[in-house]
Amino acid sequence: MSLEIRGIGKSFSLGRERVTALESVSFSVAPGEFAVVVGPSGCGKSTLLNIVAGLEHASTGQALLNGRAITGPGAERGMVFQSYTLFPWLTVRKNVEFGLRMKGMPPAEREERSRRYLDLVGLGGFENALPGQLSGGMKQRVAIARVLANRPEMLLMDEPFGALDAQTRLILQDLLLTVWQKHKTTILFITHDIDEAILLADRIFIMSRRPGRILAELCVDIPRPRDHTVTLSPRFTDIKKGILEMLWSEIA
Amino acid sequence: MGHDGRPTRMGLAGRSGLVAGTFAVLAAAWCAAAYSGAVKELFLPQPHKVLWAFVEMQREGILWQYAWDSTYRVMVGWALAAAVSIPLGVLVATSRRAGLVLGPLMEFARYLPVVALVPLTLLYFGIGDGQKFAVIFLGTFFQLVLMVADSVAAVPRDLCRAAATLGASRMQTYALVLLPGALPGILDDLRITVGWAWTYLVVAELVAANSGLGYMILKSQRFLAIDRIFAGLMAIGLLGLATDYLFKKFTRLAVPWSEKAGGR
Repeated sequence: MSLEIRGIGKSFSLGRERVTALESVSFSVAPGEFAVVVGPSGCGKSTLLNIVAGLEHASTGQALLNGRAITGPGAERGMVFQSYTLFPWLTVRKNVEFGLRMKGMPPAEREERSRRYLDLVGLGGFENALPGQLSGGMKQRVAIARVLANRPEMLLMDEPFGALDAQTRLILQDLLLTVWQKHKTTILFITHDIDEAILLADRIFIMSRRPGRILAELCVDIPRPRDHTVTLSPRFTDIKKGILEMLWSEIA
Repeated sequence: MGHDGRPTRMGLAGRSGLVAGTFAVLAAAWCAAAYSGAVKELFLPQPHKVLWAFVEMQREGILWQYAWDSTYRVMVGWALAAAVSIPLGVLVATSRRAGLVLGPLMEFARYLPVVALVPLTLLYFGIGDGQKFAVIFLGTFFQLVLMVADSVAAVPRDLCRAAATLGASRMQTYALVLLPGALPGILDDLRITVGWAWTYLVVAELVAANSGLGYMILKSQRFLAIDRIFAGLMAIGLLGLATDYLFKKFTRLAVPWSEKAGGR
């Protein structure tokens, strides 16, 4: 599934002031590509992702999915949020099956599929736990299983590992890389973490401070399959240096 | 409090002991004040006389009759308020337009003291059960709408967004995410307002009734039967305590996942 973002702008009223969050953002993501948008906090990157998800409307421009304008949320664009969004009253298994239930899938098939994806994220055996009994990292694993079980054509990830501790984050980044290597779902991933962007991305879009614009775009040519050990390679450091120089003027 | 911010765990025996202790201290203070003659019997009856009043009321056949009449009035009036206010509260929380139309109206109405509305209810509904229902309804309904609206609004927005990106329609999001998410809060709102319902019931019964615990208290006052006044107060307190207990039990069963279920 290909995504095209055409001249998207977003402004809203904050009290008496008019705030511009995004200004003519344009780029496209090819089918099967892992695209990462990196930018300083408050640059409007989450707003951009919400527009693609159909949760917010653009003030100008449009987002096209396979050439068709996005008008609202849909199951073909699965989203993983930074906040924990598991339904606390449903067991892990019921959470993973939520989207399948919306599709009207029969229970036996649902169960089979939820088991498969829970195994994939390493949580086989936790089917009957409630979210309140899980750690933050486990919750995000379930959230990923839940969104993958729905077989979306595109994954939207809004700093999904932002609230996790550094070690858990490394583990989940590796997990995401493995899963993506297997499924090759198109991913649009938002982060403020430069290391995370380089580790994961085929292509990185660097955003400016508010109002958010795309400052630059670069391809990450570190060979795949990757895992966290590539963060120690000289090539990784070179790319990081380049991005830091570009972002420094934005954050300083 | 424990190191993790939760109340430290205490055995069942320990907890019951503390609760019993509180009442024991209260009873001891009462006995001391009443039997020593420090407080005149006109103002504070002796405990055994209050117990005797219970026995007498039981013999006259009015204890259970009045307790039931009062409980019945509370339950019907409060259930009516709950039945109407829950859908309205959800509406106020989810629709901006409904919030604008109903919000200010509810805010205005909830500041009208129910006691001041009692004469009107008498005029409209007479002195029968209908008037008791009306007083309780008026006393709890407006607050409940706003409390339910708050509970619904407190459900994290990202939960609804996650449901939408998983393919849930608007109605499915309401039914499968918003309502279950708000349920612990709504149960809490109901538990709090049923307590108020007891207060308003007694107000209604004090003014005009020919049965019920409030009526009995008023009648006893005319005869300076302070032992019966105390018995009536204790009966109301016990019924309130029982209601609260049942509500907490029910909350634990209905929403075991919630912090509100408490105690784990």
